[in-house]
Amino acid sequence: MAFAAFATAEAQAEAPKRRSRIALFLLLPGILYLILFFLTPLISLLLTSLQAPAEFGDIGVYDYAFNWQNYVDVVQQYLPHIARSFGYALAATVFALLFSYPLAYFIGVKARRWPLLQSLMLVLVIAPFFISFLLRTLAWKQLLSDESFIITSLKALSLMAPDAHFTGTPFAVIFGLTYNFIPFMTLPLYTTLERLDTRYLEAGSDLYAGPFAVFRKITIPLSMPGIVAGTLLTFIPAAGDYVNASRDFLGGPDTQMMGNVIEANFLVLLNYPAAAALSIILMAAILVLVGIYVKRSGTEDLL
Amino acid sequence: MIRSLIAQARRAQLNRRALLAGAGASASALALAACSTGGAKGKPTPAADTSDSDKTLNWANWAAYIDEDDNGDYPTLVQFTEETGIDVNYDVAVDDNNTYYGKVKDQLALGQDIGADTVCLTDWMVGRWIRFGYTQELDHANIPNLANLTPALQDPDFDPGRKFSVPWQGGFAGICWNTEAIPGGLASVEDLWNSELKGRVGVLSEMRDTMGLIMLQNGVDIAGDWGDAEYSAAIDILREQVENGQVRNIKGNSYLEDLKSEDTLAAICWSGDITVLNAEAGDKWQFAIPTAGGTLWNDNFLVPVGSPRKTNAETLINYYYEPEVAAEVAAWVNYITPVVGAKEAAAAIDPALAENQLIFPDEDTLSQAHIFRTLTGAEEQKYQAEFQSILLGA
Repeated sequence: MAFAAFATAEAQAEAPKRRSRIALFLLLPGILYLILFFLTPLISLLLTSLQAPAEFGDIGVYDYAFNWQNYVDVVQQYLPHIARSFGYALAATVFALLFSYPLAYFIGVKARRWPLLQSLMLVLVIAPFFISFLLRTLAWKQLLSDESFIITSLKALSLMAPDAHFTGTPFAVIFGLTYNFIPFMTLPLYTTLERLDTRYLEAGSDLYAGPFAVFRKITIPLSMPGIVAGTLLTFIPAAGDYVNASRDFLGGPDTQMMGNVIEANFLVLLNYPAAAALSIILMAAILVLVGIYVKRSGTEDLL
Repeated sequence: MIRSLIAQARRAQLNRRALLAGAGASASALALAACSTGGAKGKPTPAADTSDSDKTLNWANWAAYIDEDDNGDYPTLVQFTEETGIDVNYDVAVDDNNTYYGKVKDQLALGQDIGADTVCLTDWMVGRWIRFGYTQELDHANIPNLANLTPALQDPDFDPGRKFSVPWQGGFAGICWNTEAIPGGLASVEDLWNSELKGRVGVLSEMRDTMGLIMLQNGVDIAGDWGDAEYSAAIDILREQVENGQVRNIKGNSYLEDLKSEDTLAAICWSGDITVLNAEAGDKWQFAIPTAGGTLWNDNFLVPVGSPRKTNAETLINYYYEPEVAAEVAAWVNYITPVVGAKEAAAAIDPALAENQLIFPDEDTLSQAHIFRTLTGAEEQKYQAEFQSILLGA
């Protein structure tokens, strides 16, 4: 910035060219960083995903090849896990949106008159970040275990079958995903709702729109950038999450997601090509889904 | 350093060649690439030993696996440093055989120093390291106390004559239960499948222990000659119990959390853990070796191929094979010591301790425990894939 300002003051005519050179120079560390830590691993991942088992090789020994069959194999073998990942991520995103929207609306619109309350509530939304999310997830596992107060009370009130349990079920995993990603949904929603011009809402009511119509036709379209940003920030990491669904946390054998499958293939089965192929599929699937979503919601500017 | 760079450069070349082959996608190019990569693989060469001038040692081990005092010091290690002048950096770096292997495997393949001069890993993982040439051959002349090694462990099938590995501690896998919820206790693996325990049973994610116990229940000698049929029969039992909801969860070390929170009331578990759990969270769990037998495993010292301090490591191993030192460690960690004479030394500290069958098992107890035979690479891949397919569900 400072350099650019100096250059324009000195030689007005050459400014654009110089500025671009300086810009390029300033970009260099970032580009190098991306090449080194993003592009190289990505290429390595792609190459690994095409490897074939070495002939007469021991476990975990692979040769470089063009074995695209790996992709077919993992899709055939792990289709339920792939579907489950996106299903859970979608459910968690919808729940997070349903919880976060009223919350963000209250903080961003209703609480405008009390700035202190507004900042206090924002702190409360962010506060959980001060503790590792692994610990928070483990805490939920304890709170929702069979002999915990919550579960025994639910059973005493006949809201749960006596032999039912919560941890290790899909509900627990979706609950954990929703809980862990609510701040990622709330904050972008808050930033757009905070700027919402309430005079539009007044104008809507003056033109005889009911509260629901005002909400649907004015508030939602105006907060669309926040909704899109929040859903993306929730859906993308949730689809690849392997902590909540892990058997060591809230999941069980029938709730395993793609991340868990990748982990098992990489660490236990030493099937590196399968793990790499699944990672690429996960990335590509998210890219396609997000692309369609952004296109359809008409907010390409965000990307 | 330069050698490793060259090795890396060679790998990069292969990458490029394979990439071109992939782009061209011609079958002949593929065949060529496959041949060239296959030939280039060799075993790494051990690092030169600088123990004479370098009196330090890095020891990577599991958590709560050595005697520890209230200040967080390790009394037996402090004494070792006093006796030998070797400064030991004890690092609790191993949390799981698989994750540790995943962390260091690429350096091992290049023969580089992994930052540990000795590591304690479980039998089957040690077998893999030896097969791949990732360990250095031990000089038994530097470990005279190896004469104290219990005869049963002198010739395991993965390392006959203990040329590359030496046992550190061992333990049983068996069954345990919550004595408040199940006052009658359990006797066999079959009892875990009792419908009264539906949804409250845990099993270990360590294949050899869970599958070993089920196979023993089926009457298979897991140390002997068994194959696909015996394994499949046991897998079917486990799959059925997981799918019908009898088994709540399949976990590694964290199964103790489930026992504590009473999500599980009975489980397949490791012997030493239950002693610790009882001391920590109220005396209400009991461990037993099932009537059909339990599994016996050992964690073993080995010296990674890139370590330049092998002699120091051998000095350390020798020290821990003194019966008095072994007894001190056993009294703290509650696992089985492989050192003959440690029992007598422990009796001098605490007679009750020496009678604990889970720390100093007698012939009778040992005869109930079996070692899971070493699997070939192909078997390992196949059996693990079947086991993991249950862990990952449909």
